[in-house]
Amino acid sequence: MPVKGDIWPNRWEHFPHDADVGIRGRGATLAEAFEQAALALTGIVTDADIDDLASVEVDCEAPDVEVLLVEWLNAVIYEMAVRNMIFGAFKVTIDELRLHGTMWGEPVEQTKHAPACEPKGATYTALRVAQEPDGTWSAACIIDV
Amino acid sequence: MEPARFTRIDQTTWQIEPTGAMRVPGIIYADEDLIRHMDDKVYEQTVNVATLPGIVKAVYVMPDAHWGYGFPIGGVAAFDADEGGVISAGGVGFDVSCGVRTMLSHLKVSDIVSVQKQLADSLYQQIPAGLGSKGAITLDPFEMDAMLKGGARWAIDRGWGETPDLERIEERGQMAGAETACVSNRAKERQRREMGTLGSGNHYLEVQAVTEIFDEEAAASFGLKQEEVVVTIHCGSRGLGHQIGTEYLRDMLPAAAAAGIALPDRELACAPIKSEVGQRYLGAMRAAVNCALANREIIGHYARRVFAHFFPNTDLTLLFDVSHNTCKVETHKANGASRQLFVHRKGATRAFGPNHSDLPEALRRTGQPVLIGGSMGTGSYVLAGSPSSEEKSFASACHGAGRAMSRHAALRQWSGRQIVDDLAARGILIRSPSMRGIAEEAPGAYKDVGAVVMAAEQAGLAKRVARLRPVICIKG
Repeated sequence: MPVKGDIWPNRWEHFPHDADVGIRGRGATLAEAFEQAALALTGIVTDADIDDLASVEVDCEAPDVEVLLVEWLNAVIYEMAVRNMIFGAFKVTIDELRLHGTMWGEPVEQTKHAPACEPKGATYTALRVAQEPDGTWSAACIIDV
Repeated sequence: MEPARFTRIDQTTWQIEPTGAMRVPGIIYADEDLIRHMDDKVYEQTVNVATLPGIVKAVYVMPDAHWGYGFPIGGVAAFDADEGGVISAGGVGFDVSCGVRTMLSHLKVSDIVSVQKQLADSLYQQIPAGLGSKGAITLDPFEMDAMLKGGARWAIDRGWGETPDLERIEERGQMAGAETACVSNRAKERQRREMGTLGSGNHYLEVQAVTEIFDEEAAASFGLKQEEVVVTIHCGSRGLGHQIGTEYLRDMLPAAAAAGIALPDRELACAPIKSEVGQRYLGAMRAAVNCALANREIIGHYARRVFAHFFPNTDLTLLFDVSHNTCKVETHKANGASRQLFVHRKGATRAFGPNHSDLPEALRRTGQPVLIGGSMGTGSYVLAGSPSSEEKSFASACHGAGRAMSRHAALRQWSGRQIVDDLAARGILIRSPSMRGIAEEAPGAYKDVGAVVMAAEQAGLAKRVARLRPVICIKG
């Protein structure tokens, strides 16, 4: 079974951790890397297509850009959990250390999405948000599942 | 890890001598093969925990240890509040009070074979498993607080459990010191419709058969008989615990900085026990423990209902219910004195030896049942805490097989369908919403649970009582 991110290695990917899953998003901008990281989070749960039946908006802030990634991913995990939804598209804007995110998705259906597992929380382990030498941004951490 | 990095004390005891900022040594219990296959991160994380203020005696690491968050999974660390000791949300884990309960059916495997498929389907239908499943119970704010205070006792009061269970659950089913005001509304919101759900990942409900007995006397005292059927449940505090872990990890970063604690890894974020954040986390974590105890009691009740439908004259009686992600206040001997310590067990099971005053009368002679979950294919173990566990590891033992391979790697190697078919051919029925989830949890992705429990026995943490093989597995 293919790991979806591997098909587009430059956008998002999963990397191994003993018990859980590492996610990494890449983009031309910091905001895009955060959007891709959120897609990688969804990729932990399902390979299925996700319809954009509804949207949810969140705001978060943090003392630094790495903690901001954790806050963002935890905001997505929270909305997934309480709305019983899965999201397939994300739009992020970042102003200093404030983030505004919009996510589009649909209610989880076990028959359609066959969710592999449920993210419990984003961690500070292997947490790295940085601009690479080629100018692109990368945003990564381990998700506890 | 390279064995040469350790001082080898005996066959199964490997010591990291304190150097640099380490306040105490690190001690890993494992055989040489397990040590060689452990990730170097376990070493690094053990060293990091040993630097935390107020740590007592040593950081202990169990034979099933693997790379965790801040703490290694399989790590045990005790702190003295009077010596500036800390409490760490990462040292407990996101799934607060994740644990295992085993219930005895007194049925023979031959009794269930004819209805094995129907039993598997009924259990899968009755017990919500996996993301997107919702329980039949919705808690209003009043009931939420009552649950967070009452634990398994609350569940029983509501008709989802049986009173005799209480003496066979840690803390008698109800953790004292839970503070509902320390639990955020977001955490409560995440739990509103999750009571009685199994969750996903490595969580499961299994119908198992006692397949080998190692200690006749202990097995008899636990009620374990060859070829009899038991039901084992592995799950935790669901969304509530995850949210508490997430929020307090965040709050402990500035708290550690304010207390002047230099963190070698942000994930080790912690707060002095005697601090505002430390006390609030304790109150919230204890509420999450109650949530997990209530949840396992409710799922146990659902399993009872299904079994009662197929076998009207049998009841599932609780052998024991024990958590492996906790921080508890316990009295231990350390450096010659009895001291009250805050014992973190992250992926480690409490393992009180015989005659411990905290054990119910029926278990006191044998020691506490230590329930070890294996993988879907290989089976599980019941151990009993050893008399030497107190001295060796603050009375702790391993908690599972431990992963040998990442989910990512497992997914490349196995297909879920193939695993289900192979196990079915061996008489093991799997029910799960996700074939991919099954591939990620492939039996081959786990360490050899037999080697793990053997090492725990040789190290004097817990002795083997019985091995269980899966018959039905409901996987979230």
